[in-house]
Amino acid sequence: MDHVFFPAFSRVAISGGTHGNELSGVHIVREMQKHNVNQMGSLSVCPILSNPRSIEVCRRYIDTDLNRCFTDALLSTPLTDSSSCELRRAHELNALLGPKGSDRAMDLVCDLHNTTSNMGLCFIIDFLDWILLHMVKYVQIKMPTAPIRVINTNVASKSLSYSVDSVAKHGFAIEVGPQPHGVLRADIYNMMKEAVDHTLDWLNKFNAGTTFEGDKVEVFVWEKSVDYPRDPETSQLTAVIHPKLQDNDFKLLQHGNPIFKTFTGETVNYEGEDLYPFFINECAYYEKRIAFHLAKKETIAFPPISVKKE
Amino acid sequence: MDTQEGACLPKLSRVAVCGGTHGNELSGVYLIKELMKRRREADDEEQPILVLSNPRAAQQCLRYIEVDLNRCFSHDALNAPLSDSAPYEVIRSREINAVLGPKGSADSVDFICDLHNTTANMGLCFISCSDSDWISLHIFKHLQLCIPDIPMRYLHFDLSHDEAYSLDSVGKHGFAMEVGPQPHGVVRSNVYTTMKTALELVLHWIRLFNCGTVFEGGPVDVFTLVKHVDYPRDCSTHDIVAAIHPLLQDKDFCLLNPGDPVFQTFSGETITYNGSESLYPFFINECAYYEKGIAFSLSRKSRVNVPSLRANRDQSR
Repeated sequence: MDHVFFPAFSRVAISGGTHGNELSGVHIVREMQKHNVNQMGSLSVCPILSNPRSIEVCRRYIDTDLNRCFTDALLSTPLTDSSSCELRRAHELNALLGPKGSDRAMDLVCDLHNTTSNMGLCFIIDFLDWILLHMVKYVQIKMPTAPIRVINTNVASKSLSYSVDSVAKHGFAIEVGPQPHGVLRADIYNMMKEAVDHTLDWLNKFNAGTTFEGDKVEVFVWEKSVDYPRDPETSQLTAVIHPKLQDNDFKLLQHGNPIFKTFTGETVNYEGEDLYPFFINECAYYEKRIAFHLAKKETIAFPPISVKKE
Repeated sequence: MDTQEGACLPKLSRVAVCGGTHGNELSGVYLIKELMKRRREADDEEQPILVLSNPRAAQQCLRYIEVDLNRCFSHDALNAPLSDSAPYEVIRSREINAVLGPKGSADSVDFICDLHNTTANMGLCFISCSDSDWISLHIFKHLQLCIPDIPMRYLHFDLSHDEAYSLDSVGKHGFAMEVGPQPHGVVRSNVYTTMKTALELVLHWIRLFNCGTVFEGGPVDVFTLVKHVDYPRDCSTHDIVAAIHPLLQDKDFCLLNPGDPVFQTFSGETITYNGSESLYPFFINECAYYEKGIAFSLSRKSRVNVPSLRANRDQSR
C-alpha cells in the first residue's frame, strides 16, 4: 500500500461522562482538569466533561442519550424551549469541539465509556481511518496482555454518525468493561488511563515525524443486533442472556448455540450466520431493545503513514 | 419457649416475599413478577404474600424515586406524622406496613424474605438485625446443606427490632437475601437462578417447619457489622479521590489485616487499612453506597450455637 501523509495533530479533546454513570472517564477527565492538563508535548489537550448534569446525579442521561445527538440533522435542528437538556448540550459541544464537518473542528476527540459487558478494552470507530488503526496497533503493542479490540460501527456516512466523537476530524470512543454503571473499579480505570496515555504518546510521536510502518489489524464490523424475547403485550423481558453466552463477548456464536434462558428455565438458541457477539448484557441497552450486537471479523491492512511536512 | 434440648416457636402461618425494594436490583424484580404471573395463571391464592415493594422505582429502573425505601421501616420512621409533602417512598412504607405489619404488633406477618442484589462480590448473604433469630439461622443452615457450592454468609447488623430500618424487619422474623455481584439494572442468569433456588429452599424449609419437622442444632458463623469505611474525598468538592484498591476489589469476606491495601488514588498511590483489628470486609464497592459514604463495611466473625428447633404443637401465638 502507498505511504499516506496526514497533517500534524494540534488540538485534541478527551471527553468523559458523556454518560454520567460511566465513571472511569469522569474521573480520568476530572484528574486531568485538576492538574490543569492543557498541553502534552506538541498537543493542545482539552479534557472535557460532556454531560455535567447527568454526572451530578450519576445517571446515563437526564432527558435523552447525549451520545445519540450528534447527527448532522440533530445538530442543525434549531433549539426550542422544549428541546431536551442533552440536545442543548450537544449544540454547545458542537460549538466547542466542532463545528462537525468544518475545518475548525478538533483534530481528534477520544470519548471515554464503560460497559457492563465483558468487552475488555475496545476502540469504537465509525469508519476505517488509517490514523485510528495505527493508534490502535500502537496501543496493542504497548499493552500486550490487555484484551484490546477494534469495533467498526459501520455507520453509512459521517453525517449519520451520532456520537460526540464524530464532531472531530478523527474521532473514536474507548469503551472498557466490565464495570457496573455508577461503580469505579481501579483495574478498569488503570487500563483506560494507560490506553489514553499511549494514544496521546502516539500522536506526539506522529507529530515529531516518526514513520509508522503499514500493518494489519483485526476489526469487528457491526452486522446486526438481537433483542431479548419479550411479552408481546407488556414488552417486559421473558428471558435473560443464557449463562453460556454471558461474558463471552467476541467468542464466535454459531447457529444452534444457546443465547437466552427464559424465567421458567427454557433455552432459546441462536439461529443465523456464525458471527461475533459483543455488548452482551449491556445495562443501558435493555431500553434500546438490544440484548447483544453481532459482528463479522475482518482483517484490515493499513498503509505506512507519517506527518505531512509543511 | 426454649428448653435445654432446643427451641419451640410458633408456626409461620403468614409469609411474605418482597422484591424490587430497590427498583434496579433486577433479580428480585423479575423473580417477584414471575411468581405473580405463575400465581395468576394457576388461579392460586396460596401463600406466600408477594409484594413488588417499589413499583415506581422498578418501572423506571432506579434504586428509588425520592428516598431509599429500605431505610423507612424503623419504629420511629413508621410512626412519625405523615406530612402532605412526604416522599413517595415514605408513603409506600406506610402502605407496606399496613399490609405486612403493623411492625411490632401481633398482626404482622410471621416471616418476610426481601430480595436484593449488590454490585459487590458477596455471593449469597442473609442480612438480619438479630444473631439469635433461630428461624432465620436454621433457614441459613438448611441452605448451606442443600446448596453447598454457593458461597453464602450470615450478616448481622446489631440493631434492636424497633431500630431496624429495613423492610424485612416489619415481620416477626425475616431477613434480606442479598445476591451479588450483579450490576444494577442488569439481570445475570446465574445470579437470578441462585436467588430463585435459594428462595425455593427458604419456602421449602418453612413448609417442613410448619409440618412439625425437628431441625437439629449446630454452629453457624455469623458476621457482625463493626463499622463502615468511606472513600478518601476532596475536602471542598466531596468527590472521591481514590478507588477501591485492586487487591481489595472482589475480596468480600477475605480477612483484611492492618497494613493491607484498601484504596488506590487517581495518581496511583496506595492507601492502607489503618485499623488495629483484622476484620472481614463486605459490600466492597457497592454502587448505591457511594452516596451513603461507604466504600466497604467491616465485620467480626463469631460462632453462634443454634439450638434445635421445631414448631409449637398448638396453634396459639
